Amino acid sequence: MKPRVFAAFVAPSLLMMLIFIAAPLVSVFGQSFYVTQPVYETVEVESCTPGFPTANCVTETKSQPVRDEDGRIETRTLFVGLESYRNLLQFDRVGEYLSSGNWASILNVDFWAALRFTVMFTLITLPIVIVLGLAIALAVNNAVRSIRGPVIFMSLLPFIITPVIGALSIRWLFIGDGILTAALEEVLNRDIAMFAQGWTIELMMYFYRVWHVAPFAFVIFYAGLQTVNQDTLESAIVDGANRWQRLRFVVIPHLGPLITFVALIHLMDAYRVFEEIVGFSSQSHVISLQWLTYDFLQPDDAGNRAISRASASAMLTMVGIVILLIAPVRRAWREHKGER
Amino acid sequence: MTARTMRQPLSLRLASGAFLGFWCLLAIFPIAWIAVMSIKSPVDAFAGNFGDVLFGPTTRGNGQGLSVLELLIGGAVVIALARWAFSGLPRHVRRLTPAGWIAIGWLVAGLGYLAVFGLVVFGILPPVLGALDAIAGPLGQPVIGATFEHYYAVWVENAFWRNFVNSLVVTAGVVTISLFVGTLAGYALARSPSNLAFWLLIAALIFRALPHSVLVAGYLPVFINSSDWLAPIFGDAAPTLYGQPYAVIAVLVAINQPFTIWMLRSFFQNIPTELDEAARVDGCTHFQAFRQVIMPVMWPGVITTGLFSFLLAYNDFLVTSLLLDAQNQTMVPAIASYFNRETTTTDQVEAIAAAVSITAPLFVLVMVFQRQIVSGLTAGAVKG
Repeated sequence: MKPRVFAAFVAPSLLMMLIFIAAPLVSVFGQSFYVTQPVYETVEVESCTPGFPTANCVTETKSQPVRDEDGRIETRTLFVGLESYRNLLQFDRVGEYLSSGNWASILNVDFWAALRFTVMFTLITLPIVIVLGLAIALAVNNAVRSIRGPVIFMSLLPFIITPVIGALSIRWLFIGDGILTAALEEVLNRDIAMFAQGWTIELMMYFYRVWHVAPFAFVIFYAGLQTVNQDTLESAIVDGANRWQRLRFVVIPHLGPLITFVALIHLMDAYRVFEEIVGFSSQSHVISLQWLTYDFLQPDDAGNRAISRASASAMLTMVGIVILLIAPVRRAWREHKGER
Repeated sequence: MTARTMRQPLSLRLASGAFLGFWCLLAIFPIAWIAVMSIKSPVDAFAGNFGDVLFGPTTRGNGQGLSVLELLIGGAVVIALARWAFSGLPRHVRRLTPAGWIAIGWLVAGLGYLAVFGLVVFGILPPVLGALDAIAGPLGQPVIGATFEHYYAVWVENAFWRNFVNSLVVTAGVVTISLFVGTLAGYALARSPSNLAFWLLIAALIFRALPHSVLVAGYLPVFINSSDWLAPIFGDAAPTLYGQPYAVIAVLVAINQPFTIWMLRSFFQNIPTELDEAARVDGCTHFQAFRQVIMPVMWPGVITTGLFSFLLAYNDFLVTSLLLDAQNQTMVPAIASYFNRETTTTDQVEAIAAAVSITAPLFVLVMVFQRQIVSGLTAGAVKG
């Protein structure tokens, strides 16, 4: 295919990605160094209350936003350098906590709390998703042919469901004296409030994410299991390998690339954890990096959006993505060079 | 030898079967449970034991319930309609639509089926069964509490249908545009081994990993002030992009593009290049070969990718909740207003009814397109 033809085919898609992905990235980077604020002026206001014989007049200075002819509040944009980053990271407070040995207090700073949860969430769910997905795939592969279709159908439901709704459906099972909380109380014989403390909410979030993603891992692994080389399996049996050894030394190495694929996709998606925070309304206990940006973008009571700080937190979130993707991109490049 | 040596001991088969059963229960329980909760009065929906939620004594006490007669006849009608959708309907569609119009035929058939289903289940059944109940004696007494008042409140009183229409507009726009733009790019990328193509794919991979909030942080200030910076081009008619469904469509298409081109590329790679070469030898240009030779055999891939684009647009919360204002809100962000409100339990059950309404189309989607979804999931993976 000639370069010109190639360009013509790719142009519409490339244009969309340039305008709506690359350009916003650049502008977010720029925005993170600027702050847009209303312009304030100090005015002297004389307020009088009626009195006798003369009115009581008080003059006071007030600061108020400047309005232009249309009555809109005038704003100006200032270059603040790394101010927004500093506001987010709060190194002085962190340093204080570190030197006083008060490690846990670092999590009082929103950014560090969000980072802690995001990383923990990603790393805890990853192995569970892979093991559970593999277990379901093996069990389905083991099952009678006629029930495989229905099982796949039921498994796809948690995967396909709208993430916010999925999180909500788990929340409704536990909220108040919801059905599962009541069951747990019965079993443990004690009063349980699942939404009163951070760690129980976190448990429900892990549970939701595993429930939501395990079907994806299952479908991929199940497809991989269909192509396991039967001859290798048989020779392994002849060599006296037991069931576990066959799984460990034949099946899992065969699935290796797929496990990497699932892990990569899961890392990318789990790092963006967001819908759980909305679904479980957990913002007062647990927040994630993406939720932090979202929160800055929401208008506050006065209708202002903290665009600068949102941009700074977005850029810091990006750092994680870059670290995550270095290894796979290098591997893909090596393979690409090998192919040509 | 295979059959014998591969046979498993009974204990292992039992364990594996039990595990599978447990997983299936786990997979469907939350979804099935909210469906049950949505048709109960609040007291029953949030009751602490399984029986109360399932049978809904309070709901029944209010005189809202289904009798044995209604359960039997209603259930039979619904099952018959559902079965006909998978047997009779495809046959009729194939018989009645002229060749080449099959996609339009299915669209019309789907909409017609929905209309008939709605008319029969919500229009004809209730009055007929009500009349039957009155003469059926004990069989006509309600046994299971069930009420559709929450659905009525959500769809009619709270005008959820407006959000539904917005969702339809956004998803339809996203699916058509992403497929149109994506097939062109996916085809070119599948057929070009150049470094440029490689780096485009890698860039797409990186874009796919981006948290969407990062991008929205870039759009928001631009969209809110767009009437200012668009003024030189459009004059006084310059639109404010914030709150406009078409702006959201463009954004979602772009966000979806990396995923779409990766998936379409792997489907295009499965089509042998001999096919294009033959068309080229016969004198087609690249575009003609693409349009007249490759696309007709690409339908399965296009349908699958379309499904995933649909899911992305339909399920999105972050972009739509930040870029759309209240009157243009789609269904998923609209539901947030139910549980953020200072809520009574009635609001909660209405939120559940709304959630079930959002999930129902997805349920149908999995039922109809299960095979395509599975093939889409594995398309990228097997290639690696």
